Order: sequence, then C-alpha cells, then structure tokens
Amino acid sequence: MASLDIQGVRKSFGATKVLHGIDLAVRDGEMVVIVGASGCGKSTLLRIVAGLETATDGKVLIEGQDVTPLEPADRDIAMVFQTYALYPHMTVFDNMAYGLKIRGVPKAEIAARVKEAAEMLSIAQLLDRKPRQLSGGQRQRVAMGRAIVRHPKLFLFDEPLSNLDAKLRVQMRAEIRRLQKRLSVTSLFVTHDQVEAMTLGDRLVVMHEGRAAQVGTPMEVWSRPADTYVATFIGSPAMNLLPGTLEQGGAAVRLAGGALWPLADGARPGADGTKVTIGIRPEHLTVDGAEGVAMVVELAEPLGSETVLHGRLPDGTALTARVPGAAAAERLSLTPDAGALHVFDAGTGKRIDPA
Amino acid sequence: MQKKVIFRGVALPVALLLPQLLITGIFFFWPAGQAVWSSFLREDAFGLSREFVGFENFVDVLTDPNYLTVVWNTAVFSVSVAVLAMAVALFLAVQADKAIRAATAFKTLLIWPYAVAPAVAAVLWLFLFHPQIGIFGRMLNNAGIMWDYKINGGQAMTLVIIAAAWKQVSYNFIFFLAGLQSIPKNVLEAAAIDGARPFRRFWTIIFPLISPTTFFLLVVNLVYAFFDTFGTIHALTQGGPGLSTTTLIYKVYVDGVQNLNFGSSAAQSVILMVLVMAMTAIQFRFIERKVHY
Repeated sequence: MASLDIQGVRKSFGATKVLHGIDLAVRDGEMVVIVGASGCGKSTLLRIVAGLETATDGKVLIEGQDVTPLEPADRDIAMVFQTYALYPHMTVFDNMAYGLKIRGVPKAEIAARVKEAAEMLSIAQLLDRKPRQLSGGQRQRVAMGRAIVRHPKLFLFDEPLSNLDAKLRVQMRAEIRRLQKRLSVTSLFVTHDQVEAMTLGDRLVVMHEGRAAQVGTPMEVWSRPADTYVATFIGSPAMNLLPGTLEQGGAAVRLAGGALWPLADGARPGADGTKVTIGIRPEHLTVDGAEGVAMVVELAEPLGSETVLHGRLPDGTALTARVPGAAAAERLSLTPDAGALHVFDAGTGKRIDPA
Repeated sequence: MQKKVIFRGVALPVALLLPQLLITGIFFFWPAGQAVWSSFLREDAFGLSREFVGFENFVDVLTDPNYLTVVWNTAVFSVSVAVLAMAVALFLAVQADKAIRAATAFKTLLIWPYAVAPAVAAVLWLFLFHPQIGIFGRMLNNAGIMWDYKINGGQAMTLVIIAAAWKQVSYNFIFFLAGLQSIPKNVLEAAAIDGARPFRRFWTIIFPLISPTTFFLLVVNLVYAFFDTFGTIHALTQGGPGLSTTTLIYKVYVDGVQNLNFGSSAAQSVILMVLVMAMTAIQFRFIERKVHY
C-alpha cells in the first residue's frame, strides 16, 4: 500500500507528442480513474507508471521513492490488462503463482495465498484449468487474482472490462470496486467508459489530447466541468452546448435563438454581449414553462423510467432533453432548472464561474 | 471449429485429388516400390542377371561393421545439424524480434542462405576452410592448429555439420520469428511486471509458447539432415576421409551408383525409409505430448 506521484510526465513518440506534462498525486488506498477518448494518452500514462514505457521527461514516485529508472519488475506493482494476458501454457494456479515463485516465496505460502485469492474471486474450482478452458469473465478473475496474490504496492488496470459483455461488465465493475476497497490498494484504472469512471473512482482524471483536462471527484467533475470537453464527455446523454451571449451584467445569458435564461447561481464576469457557450445537461431541462424554448422533437428514445428526446430549436441548434416517464409530444417548451446552467468561454472553452 | 465440406458423388473429389495422387504415385510410391523389390534381388557383377535372395541383402548390410559406423555417423551428424541449426536460428530470431530499426533488412539477409543451392553452399565453405587456399583454413594452420579436413575425420565431420546447419538456419529462422511474433506482447509485459527478468521470461514463457514451432522444426531438421544433405557432403568431402563423413544416404549413393551394388543399396534405402518413418512416428507420439498448443 503506497502513494503514487506523477510529476510532469511527458512522452513523445518521435515527433508525435502524446503526453504534455501530467501531474497527479494518488493517495494511499485511493482509486483514481483515468478516463478519456481513445488516443488521449491514458494508456501510455499507465504504461509509464508500470515501467513498460519510458517517459521522455518527468518522474514517477511510488511511496515517495523515485521509480522512474526502475524496471517493471522492481516497482512492486501489478497490472490487469484488457486482453488479460494470462500465460496460456500454465494452469490458473501457475498463472497466479508465477510472480510469487519468481520472488522465491515458500511453496506453502504460495499455495495459501493463491487459495485465499481464488476464494475471494470465487475461482477456487478452476485452479487446475488452462486459460483457454475459461470464459471471458473467468479469465478476467484470474487476471485479477494474479494481481492480488502478489500484495503489490499499486494496482494498475488497463481497460480490464472492455472485452466483457455488458451485463458481466457491470457485475465485474462492482466486484473490482468492492475488492479494491477491501484490500485498500492504491489503484490506477484506465477506461474510455465514463460510466465506469464515475462509478469506480474516488477521483477522476479526464484526459484530453495528452493533458489532464480535469482532476476531481466524480461529482465535482460532473457538476462543475472544467471545460466544454469534460462537460460533454462526462454524463450521458452528453451536455447540450449552445451558443449565446452574456446579458444583464452577467446575470443572464441569451441564446442565439433569442430566449433569455437567468443565471441563478450568480453573475458571471464579463461585459454584456460577450460570446459564451452555454451548457445545460439534458436532465436539467424541464418540459413547459413560461420562459421555455420551443423544441421540435425529431427522435424519442424511451428508456422506461425516462425518455431521451433529440430535437432542434427554431434556429436549428440541436438539443437533447431527458424527461421522466413517456413523452410523445412533437413540440415541447423547455426550461432549464434554476442554477443548472454552465457557462464556458466561447473561445477557449474554459468554465466561467460566478465572480 | 473445422467446417467439413461433403461432396456428393465420387467423381469430383477424385478429380480434385488426382494431380496430387499422380505425383505421389509416380515420384514416390513407384520408386519406393522398386527399391523394396530390388532389395530382395542380387545382381551379378556385370549386371546381366538378377536372382531373388530374400532378406540376404538386409542381413549383409546389418552385419557389415562399416554400416554400423555409418549409422553412428548419421546419428552424430543429424543430431548436431538439427541442434546447431535450430539453436542458431532461435538465437537470431530472438534478436530479430527485438530489433526495431533495420529489422526488415536484418530478416532479408538471414533468409538469403536458403536460396543458395546445397552444392554452391558447400563450395563456399570449401573455399573458406580449404587448408591451402581457404581463408580460415590457412588462418587455422598459421595459428598452429593442424587443420586439414581431408585427413582428419573429426574436422571433416565438423565442417559438413557446419555447412549443412548453415543452410538450414534460414528456414528455421523464418519459423521461429513467426512463432515469436505470434506471442502476445501483453503476456511478456505481464511476466515482466510479475518480476521475471529477460532470461527467465525466455525459458518460462517464450520457449514453452513456441514449442509447437520447435517440435515441427525438429522433425523437419532431422529429415533434412537424413535426406537433403547429400549435395553438401558430396561437394565437400565425398563421405571421406575414409568413412568419417559418410551418412546413410551417402552410403546408398556410394554403394548403388559408384559400386553398382544395387541390391545392397536398395536394402539400405528401405532401412532408411523405415527408420525415418519410425523416427517421425516416435516424435509425434512422445514429444508432441509435451508440446503446449
């Protein structure tokens, strides 16, 4: 159990810059999820922490010790791969025991530790099988078991749930979280799935084009996204972004279509007429209201307890709303919930908070 | 999952098989049958008459002390060629697998020797190791090592082993490289994180995972050493000095073509055929069990 510090890590492959200086401090026992679209550098960052890639610049510290020049073997970490990366010629037992054997752990202790981990993951009855005789979910558990038995300082997960079907993924997600809390091992979890990120992480790192766009707890990231990228990436369906301008000394915004929405959580700095991007989550739009904007519904996706409506405003801007129950109307008048509006700089996309 | 295609009728499958069957029949079964038949016959010295002698040829061959020497030579030669050719190829393949820059050039260069005809390859080695005109031959002699493979049987054997193995390295290299590249990178990374150093990774992960390739190459290399090295031996040493580099296949040639003792030569080829068949069967039966697929 240890803390992890990533300091100014940069990475380029030839002329291509993949990471532009990442700083991150993971506390002892914390689970941090790195989330981002494919190609954002999240896997590269994880592999640098593992020692499988060498950082072009910057340092990685585990438990305060600089491990940057160390081989993966000397970092005392365990990693779960997307492809599981089990040793195909070894039984489940040997797969889990491999790392312990190398470290010269006595046989009796190896057997005990493998048994303990196998029971924890309910794979005790599979110990004599070869990986090819296992289902995807079972392989996933073995890969987890191989990480657990080592009692490493750090768990690294590289999209471990991506190859599982939807139902199993939800189940394993909960199991990983339970296990991580029970063992309280410092963990770094990489995923492209924002739901996974929200549910698993104590904190999230949202990565975008080689930079950490935002670091924070899931609720922080969700309720106060740092920029338009994070705003649309976290949350499903994605946040609506509408062009508009500041009005009334920053106390309200006017949509390009003409509607005026007051900013209930406080005035934003900036002169009247300043171009901004207005963000509103689909679930924060309520049907009907005096100040509502008219939306022509183009597509309704009923999800049972709620319905996602895709449509357009009179000026052609696309808008998505999530309303409770079934909704069948072709035209709706929508009003944003008080204080649920986000304001971003129209140029840089950065969040503008109340002054 | 293999998909089985079932043909209706007999004509089409037979027609499809016919070209292959014809080739096998004409170039393998017919001569093999001839050899079996000839092995029971004895011809007089002038080739004017033949008589049926039953197993007498076999008895003669198997009781001939020279034949036993040749069997021993063949064992030494084949095992050495297979082990040397495979070990060198595996080493080179591991290096090529690591190489990132100039990997293609490296691979192409290593594959070239396979395109060289056995006799040409042998001449090349001859020029290198000839005691009087060969660069290395003269170097060895100047260094005070008595090197003359035309007199020293052990040296002759070493030379034919090296020349024969060199020819086969390319072939083995291609297969080993393909085998190495089919190992998922993540598995090796997982082993590295589990604490295995490169040496240990090789022996506990890589080597077991390429064992199907190794097994296949072992069979191919032994068969190569048994049958396809005639040209190399013929061009380098003609089986000499004495019998020191005469292998079973070379003796078949010497007795049949040079000494015109067809009965004995045919009996030897039949023994050789049975031997290789038995060897291959044993390999598949016993070694394959230890192979991880």
